[in-house]
Formats: sequence, structure tokens, C-alpha cells
Amino acid sequence: MLIRHPSGFDLKDNDVTPQSAYLRRREFLAAFVAAGGTLALPAAAQAKRAMPDDYALLKAAKSGYTVDDPMVPWDAVTSYNNFYEFGTGKGDPAKKAHKLITKPWTVTVEGEADKTGTYALEDLIDYNALEERIYRHRCVEAWSMVIPWVGVPLASVLKKFEPNSKAKFVQFFTKNSRKEMPGTFWPVLKWPYREGLRIDEAMNPLPFLAVGLYGRVLPNQNGAPIRLVVPWKYGYKSIKSIERIRFSETMPETSWNQSNAREYGFYSNVNPLVEHPRWSQASERVIGPQAGFSGALARRDTQMFNGYADAVAGLYAGMDLRKNH
Amino acid sequence: MTLKTIPFAYLKTGAFIALGLPFAWLAWQWSLLLMGQYNDLGVNPIEATNRFLGDTAIRVLLITLAITPLRDITRMAALTRLRRMAGLYAFFYMSLHLGSYLGLDLFFSLAKLWKDVVKRTYITLGMSAFALLVPLALTSTNASLRHLGPKRWKRLHMLIYPAILLAVVHHIFMAKGFQLMPLVHGAIAIFLLGWRVVKWYRVQKTKRTA
Repeated sequence: MLIRHPSGFDLKDNDVTPQSAYLRRREFLAAFVAAGGTLALPAAAQAKRAMPDDYALLKAAKSGYTVDDPMVPWDAVTSYNNFYEFGTGKGDPAKKAHKLITKPWTVTVEGEADKTGTYALEDLIDYNALEERIYRHRCVEAWSMVIPWVGVPLASVLKKFEPNSKAKFVQFFTKNSRKEMPGTFWPVLKWPYREGLRIDEAMNPLPFLAVGLYGRVLPNQNGAPIRLVVPWKYGYKSIKSIERIRFSETMPETSWNQSNAREYGFYSNVNPLVEHPRWSQASERVIGPQAGFSGALARRDTQMFNGYADAVAGLYAGMDLRKNH
Repeated sequence: MTLKTIPFAYLKTGAFIALGLPFAWLAWQWSLLLMGQYNDLGVNPIEATNRFLGDTAIRVLLITLAITPLRDITRMAALTRLRRMAGLYAFFYMSLHLGSYLGLDLFFSLAKLWKDVVKRTYITLGMSAFALLVPLALTSTNASLRHLGPKRWKRLHMLIYPAILLAVVHHIFMAKGFQLMPLVHGAIAIFLLGWRVVKWYRVQKTKRTA
């Protein structure tokens, strides 16, 4: 009778890796490494890095709108975002905004204008007339970036709707989707996010409707597919992922003002002389261009109207900017 | 092996390592930053550091406060002996939180710090929480315990109760908008303090009926 004594190196059937799994060994390895990374780092620090190549190139003409200071790198502007619909952490939008469906996209126009209605994004933006503008971006949290946007002047789009004489203000609304925007399960702010401008502010040449960043289609975390950029106002005025525009005779609601009127006024012009009640606005942390420790510490003095006083100070002639903050 | 049979030395070492992990992670990320390498602090490492330390300080304070209820439930008396270490860790993270604010945000300007403390409510609250924990940290030695006597020592260390409330309100006031996380911290703090109130009330009742 043959008695088999299994020796240590004899493999049992269930020890052998199935061929299908063997062929997918690289995927398992990648998944294992990814899982390890997830365990080792707090969730807040986990950001999917957006790669420029994932975003289509746009054809945009250079414009005269530029600044001398170095630009924020792509990695920084696509990983450090305030977009509370995807969470209040700075890294949340980069992690979660991929859920936002940006195609097809329509913008509904309502209120005091002759050509109200629902427009496809492609009918709103002339993709042959795109230009690049390098603007300063100053967040109310006292940090700033220099960002190369691609888009068209806001006024050029608003004029298409033929606002009437009662249109004293224009209001914008962000898309509001519980399914696509996980942060909206909790009312951090009044959803949909809303912002507004006085009509003369909106018709000034500076406000810009951006559809791109760094010569490429906007990443979702930066407000795809279409966002406002108002460079002389605190960043939260530059509303993202716009789905609705309303012209009105009276001053419209804005989300941050509704959240805390004492801290966030309707105008929200960058003003180093008017403090936010909880922190000073006299200086700002410069995000991006410089790496390492010195980059982390880099600060600059905040300029009146974020450096755009020549272009916009006239809009506020005779107004008390402390009261109308 | 049940939880109760774990030798206390293991429990203590485990807790010491676990509570030190957030600091180890932060130190690792800062060493990457200082070497100019990619790290998970992001592009605003000072803000990230300050938030991380503040969150950790509050959470370790909550862990400290959870030890007594946990002991009551599990009847593991040994847990009490982890309380002081947890409290010291909370003080450690709170000191680093304040230190990062003072050093990296205000560049060590005590004048600016004082201006903030006087002017900005959330900083007043946060500094008060820290001030309340200073005597607790200073009297955390066995010698202090002996010197004060257990009754007075315990009464003094009740300062952790107002401290957690101040810390949580500091967080709520500091957050922009109506944020969920500070409220979750607040709810846990209220639950843990409520536990003590209920316990105290029950003891009073049995005393009266006895």
C-alpha cells in the first residue's frame, strides 16, 4: 500500500493560482498598492491627480489680460478647490467631481430679458472666439492664485439674451444634483449655490465666462463646463458649473450672504482695508508657484480690488465700501 | 483571549502607538515637504497642518472622555489607567495646533496672537480651551496626584469638561457655512458629558434612598 506523506513543498489544488487571476496579476498588484495607500493616508489627503492630457485642448487667442506674477501650476489649481457641492475639504472636489455630468449641458435664462429660454452650451459659447486671460484669483480665505482661464467675456454672452431696462442685476445658479454632487446632502449653504452681480458690473469687460483652464477643457472641480470669473471680487463670487441665469430688477440672493450676511456682503470686492470679521484681509498666502517650505510660507500684500482698481473702481464711485462690503 | 485578559502593558503600548500615529504621519509628510518631494499636505500645507492638528486635538480629547464610559460598560478597570496618557496626547496635539498657528501663520508674533485672542471670538474660545488644559498637563505626574490628593486632583481635572465644549464651539465658529463635522464632534462631546451627568444623578438618587 502506498502511503503518501505530503512534504512541505507539495502544493494542494487550492494553492495554485487560477490562470485567469495570474494573467490579471498586475491589476491585483495595482489594487493592492492602491488599497495600502488608502489605509496609510487620511481620506482628506487622498486626491486623484488630474492629468492635463485627460482634458481636450481648446483653441484660444492670447489676450492682453495678463499679470506679471508666476502662474499657479496645473497640479495646484486642479487639486485645491472650494466647491462645497462636493465636500468642504479642499481635496474633496478633485476626488468627487468626476460624478458631475457635464455633457449635455444647458443653461436656462429667465427674468428681465427678451431672449429667455434654455440654451445648449454650444449655442451660448462661440468656441471660435475663445481667448485666454491670466487673472489673479483671491479667495476670501486669504489665499491667491494666478490662473490662465480660457473663455469669452461675460458681457458678450449676456448681450445675446437682450436684457431689458428692468434688468438691474443678474443672478447665476450652480447645478444642484444630489446624485452627482454628494456634498449637497447637507445644507452647508443654501443649494443651489447662487451668486449675483449688478448689471453694470456684469457688463464691465473684466468678468469672464470660462470653459477652459491652461488651454484645456475645464476639469469638473474647477467648475466645468462653464463658470464665472470675476477677478476683482473674492473667489466665491466666481460661481461654478452655471445652469441658470436670471435677470432681475432687485438685488438677488447670494448663497454666502444668506449664510452669514455680516461676513459676506453682496459686493464682496477684494479690499485689504475691510477685515473679514474672523481674519484679516490685508495679506494673502500665494498658492503654487514656489515649492517646499518657502513656498508654503509665501505671502503677498492684498491689493485694492485685487489689483484691478483701474478697471473697476469707477463702478463704486461714491459708495461706502465698508458698508457695501 | 478576551479583551480583559490582554496584559495592561500591551494595552498601554498599543494605545501609545495608536495615539501617536497622527503625529507620525504629519512628521513624515513634513519631511517629504522639506525634502521638496510630493506629499499629501497639498498645495497649502500650513492650512492642511493646522486643520489636521485641530481635528486630531478634538478627537483625542473625545477619546479621552470616552474612556470612563467605556470602562463603565466593559467593567475593565484598567482602562482608567490609559486616561492620563490620552489626555496628555490631546494636550500635545492642541499645543502643536496652537504652535502651528503661532509659528507658521503669525510668524511667532505674540502681539498678533494677543490681538487675535482679544478680537476674534473663535480664537478666544480656542485659547481658553488650551488655557484650561495647561494645569491638567502640569499636574499629570504621580507626584502631583499625591501632593493634591485624589479628591482635589479629580476635581481639578474636571476642567476637561469645559475644555472640550470650548474646543468644539471654537471649531463650529471657525468653520465657514453650516458644516457637519464640527456638529458631529459636538454631539459626541455632549453625549460623553451627558453620560457623566446621568451617572452623577443616579448616584445622588441612591444616596438619598439609602
